Amino acid sequence: MNAPDTALLQQQAPTATGVSRFHESARAQVAGAATYVDDIPEVRGTLHAAPVCSPVAHGRLSGFDTAAALALPGVRAFVSAADVPGDPLLAAFGHDEPVFAQDTVQFLGQAMGLIVADDVMTARRAARLVKPRIDALPPVLTVHEAHERKSYVLPPVHVARGDAAAALARAPHTLDGEFEVGGQEHFYLEGQIAYALPLEQDQWWIHSSTQHPGEVQHWVAHALGIPNHAVTVECRRMGGGFGGKETQAGHLAVWAALAARKTGRPVKLRLDRDDDFMLTGKRHPFAYRYRVGFDDSGRLSGLRIAMLANCGFSADLSGPVADRAIFHCDNAYFLEDVAIDSFRCKTNTQSHTAFRGFGGPQGVIAIERILGDIARHLDIDPLQVRLRNLYGVGERDQTHYDMTVEDNILEPLMTTLARTSGYEERRAAICAFNARSPVIKKGIAITPVKFGISFTATLFNQAGALVHVYTDGSVMVNHGGTEMGQGLNTKVAQIVADELGVPFERVIATAADTSKVPNASATAASSGTDLNGRAAQFAARHVRDNLAAFVAGLDGCGAGAVRFVNGEVITPKSARRFEDVVHAAYANRIQLWSDGFYRTPKIHYDKVTMKGRPFYYFAYGAAVSEVAIDTLTGESRVLAVDILHDVGHSINPAIDIGQIEGGFIQGMGWLTTEQLVWNDKGYLQTHAPSTYKIPTAGDLPPRWNIALWPEANREDNVHGSKAVGEPPFMLAISVYEALRDAVAQAGGDPEAMHAPGTAEEVLRALGG
Amino acid sequence: MTVQKQPGPMPSQPLTFLRRGQPVTLPAVPPDRTLLQVLREDLHCTGTKEGCGEGDCGACTVVLGEAVDGQLKLQAVNACIKLAHSVQGQAVFTVEDLGGTHPVQEAMVQCHGSQCGFCTPGFVMSLFALYEDTGGGQGVDHARAQAALSGNLCRCTGYRPILDAAARMGELPCPAGARVDEAAVLRGLRTLGGARPDAPYQRPPTLEALLKARAAHPDAQVVAGTTDVGLWITKQHKTYARLLDVTGAAELRQVETYPHHIAIGAAVNLTDAYAALVAERPSLAAFAHRFAGLPVRNAGTLGGNVANGSPIGDSMPLLIALGASVVLMRWDPKRRAIAHRELRLEDLYTGYRQNVMRPDELLCWIKVPRPAPGEWLQVDKVSKRFEDDISAVCLAVKLRIEDGVVREASIGAGGVAATPTRAARTEAALLDQPWNEDTVMFASAVLRDEFRPISDMRASADYRRAVLGNLLRRHWLAHQGQRGLRLETLDLEALA
Repeated sequence: MNAPDTALLQQQAPTATGVSRFHESARAQVAGAATYVDDIPEVRGTLHAAPVCSPVAHGRLSGFDTAAALALPGVRAFVSAADVPGDPLLAAFGHDEPVFAQDTVQFLGQAMGLIVADDVMTARRAARLVKPRIDALPPVLTVHEAHERKSYVLPPVHVARGDAAAALARAPHTLDGEFEVGGQEHFYLEGQIAYALPLEQDQWWIHSSTQHPGEVQHWVAHALGIPNHAVTVECRRMGGGFGGKETQAGHLAVWAALAARKTGRPVKLRLDRDDDFMLTGKRHPFAYRYRVGFDDSGRLSGLRIAMLANCGFSADLSGPVADRAIFHCDNAYFLEDVAIDSFRCKTNTQSHTAFRGFGGPQGVIAIERILGDIARHLDIDPLQVRLRNLYGVGERDQTHYDMTVEDNILEPLMTTLARTSGYEERRAAICAFNARSPVIKKGIAITPVKFGISFTATLFNQAGALVHVYTDGSVMVNHGGTEMGQGLNTKVAQIVADELGVPFERVIATAADTSKVPNASATAASSGTDLNGRAAQFAARHVRDNLAAFVAGLDGCGAGAVRFVNGEVITPKSARRFEDVVHAAYANRIQLWSDGFYRTPKIHYDKVTMKGRPFYYFAYGAAVSEVAIDTLTGESRVLAVDILHDVGHSINPAIDIGQIEGGFIQGMGWLTTEQLVWNDKGYLQTHAPSTYKIPTAGDLPPRWNIALWPEANREDNVHGSKAVGEPPFMLAISVYEALRDAVAQAGGDPEAMHAPGTAEEVLRALGG
Repeated sequence: MTVQKQPGPMPSQPLTFLRRGQPVTLPAVPPDRTLLQVLREDLHCTGTKEGCGEGDCGACTVVLGEAVDGQLKLQAVNACIKLAHSVQGQAVFTVEDLGGTHPVQEAMVQCHGSQCGFCTPGFVMSLFALYEDTGGGQGVDHARAQAALSGNLCRCTGYRPILDAAARMGELPCPAGARVDEAAVLRGLRTLGGARPDAPYQRPPTLEALLKARAAHPDAQVVAGTTDVGLWITKQHKTYARLLDVTGAAELRQVETYPHHIAIGAAVNLTDAYAALVAERPSLAAFAHRFAGLPVRNAGTLGGNVANGSPIGDSMPLLIALGASVVLMRWDPKRRAIAHRELRLEDLYTGYRQNVMRPDELLCWIKVPRPAPGEWLQVDKVSKRFEDDISAVCLAVKLRIEDGVVREASIGAGGVAATPTRAARTEAALLDQPWNEDTVMFASAVLRDEFRPISDMRASADYRRAVLGNLLRRHWLAHQGQRGLRLETLDLEALA
């Protein structure tokens, strides 16, 4: 590029942030040169492992016949619970999950051991030759059965505000309802994988595709019975996470490490896609029962709701997931008198886990469904019913967990979107269309989202980072977050570049590594940039302050007068190139690297009473979806989507829009084609993309408009931005509500429709 | 316990293909090794990813080049279920071969088409095939791009930026060397030969050689596009010491047109076979698009789909309704000539994935009658997802109605029985009846009752039965001139 162009570019983009920088790995990714764990050149002697999985959902395990497996040429070892030197239970949240099944098997697919072999196909073939001795026991497979037996992974939780019973008793109208919402497989394109390398002196290096290297480190150390400092976990990037690599990645790392310990060789464990489906947890399926009261205008006056979360066989993250469903069953609406019962049901299925939204979607869909039904019941436009129930500003602004909603933009956001999307005219057009179309019927819905940002466990809201400035002026940033495609490293590099006033290209972000930044929280809860971006900003600021003091000394000005812009360090007297300043500072023994640490302010939360301010702020958005259904087959298409979403002041608009679009389409999949089917033996029948259908390019709605809300975060967050990973997922609930609208307009019973709204489910609701 | 027979040392054979203009030779590759394993594990080219190992996600998409009638034919396929030896003598293009600044790659960067990046190499290769197919990405509209990407899954982006990249790539400057030099590749391909005749993996170049090989090795696993057999290897962990690939036989790579039928050779891939069917009957276009994803259509063959006989194979209901027949051939050593027999398609099957073929026979041709005047054909596929999904129910109905009376009724159904089947009772309920609503309602009831489908993860038995009847009703409505009956062809502009 020639000089004038460079100048022009800089003029257009004086800062690194606020600009749609390409993903830091984009060029490597499109060239096939971005390295994922399975692409790392293998160390000589590497062996490969495959899991031995339970063939039944519940049973007593008394041993294995491994003769046939071990006789297969190339097979090196069978690894089972007997080979765990440390705690045979994983260091998980509930401490209720065995490393390998011991004595009992608790779901079909549970890992009972591993086969280790010279190559992966031999390991997989041999794993199926291991014959476990199991006396089958009756499994519990549904939440209803579990609830009836009081089979829970954690005790029930009750949250109430006001007097729901009294409010319901005096409500002019009441509705009772029951419905179910299915789970969801993450379907990260890169399956779960770990590569464990034994180092000297009982130390370990683990390459893991994980959202939480610190937890992997802790789990591996715990299972091996060694201190955390003996284990280093590294993750350059994941091929998608979506919550599925928050705890689930730990299992693989522990297994690979145990196999490596037993064989004394490096061991790689890459799950076959079908095994990945069978072994790992998914989004929690939920069942609901409710009674809601409301007045003639559709305003809520009392809600009693029971939420049954299907947690699978162990607690994993089910407690906080079910909690977040409680926090979000208000979504955008003021629930004055409310009583919520949350049951964390234990079933003999995969242990369900974090998934984008983390229980939020399961809470939001409940109230959106209820409001849709109220609108139909009163024959009022559902938008009006929703608007009438929104949180107020300065009144009706207290959540059921006692947090005041201080940054409410719901009403202007929804009315703006309704106007720009032509919601009212299109609703009228749809009614006219439906009147003349005998087979295809359309529906439309607008739904908002208000999503609380912060880990509800306050302690996780901390982060650290390291910024290194090298003597040539190049900058490296390392932080505790992980890159799973969401663009975290890009945003962090942008933040650091602006803090140091250097071009974006001067900064690289490196692999998450527990030996660099310790004790990092999971990259989850949409908090990656909020936490790590701020920590990196502070780290860079420390270096900048050192340089400013140094230059101020040279020029005899105050350090506050030194500016860092466009790759230059400018004082009232001079302008120097950043690299020249760095070089001189190094020669004068100035520290050119620093750490940074951030903890989220203002938040506090009492886990016992479930009251407080668990969230620093809320992210908002709304979507209008229009769908068509085929009343002969129940098939559907999403025809049009308009989104207005609040990301605060965007650090990278392209990345934020990417999160909004991707989150929406993923949510659309959850509520339409993505159906998990377990048979009556507890066997997950949809265990591959041939049977489990995530959206394709052909499912992208023909009309697709995304806009960003033009206002910075009202709380002091990094560069005025807001978190964006999870909130847009829930915008897709507008698709589900539009489907139910179409069902209603076709004369069917939308209250009979569960989620996902598969073709079969839609036809069932139509009475077909 | 049962003692598992242990596989002995696997036979192997050399494999040569063209890459970046140069022959790549691996001295000893087992016959059942996949192309993806060769790329990632033997050649250490890890740009191509494994997402699912069953041809459903497209992360492993590569482009193959083959000389066809003196021209280079490029097609995107799934490397994970493509057997390595099937590309003997062909050109293989992987993401690494594009160099990093190819307009496809540049467009993906500029449109923010990658997030986690794991699916990206597969998308890049599907776009590369599209780029070459459209004279450098010219005139790529939304529909064309969606069709080209129908076999690629992305879980991050929601696809919009990738579709934008497809539209954008043709506008970007094309650096020297980015376009495939067709003449140079063809020259390179001419220097490569086939496998030696007694090799464990054989892909004979002629029909006679193929049938002789079959006679000599009735134990060999017959393969075509391996879009199903590939899964027996990757998922069921089967091993094969000997494989016979039908797709090399020049005679069987043709679609031949006769006055009363077209004959589709068993080596014709699904893309070309459906193009031939659509050319005869344009109304099949929407249905053809819904058969799997593009890489599977490029690799798989109609002959393989038919010979495999899966009850949920999408071709058979249509072919049954059209009155197609199959030609089975074998080498007769006494007469030193090819012997053949022809049977109705539905008579091929005797049970779940079982058929009447002799060990030395191969399914060589599918003969499809040409449209007759007055033919009324409707084909429906119902699945959870529109693209790249397997049918819960597939129904093909061909009628001839004269003077308001049904004079011919030919109905094929899939997903309702252990084999693809003819709905004979429903045909009888329609035949010689007045074509009116009463007849349709009655026939719908018969059709609902004709089969005892299973309930599985795709659909319940009740749903399958209900939909069968409804689809027949749709045919009636369509015949009455009712428009706007299908979501596949829903015209947004017209309906808005």
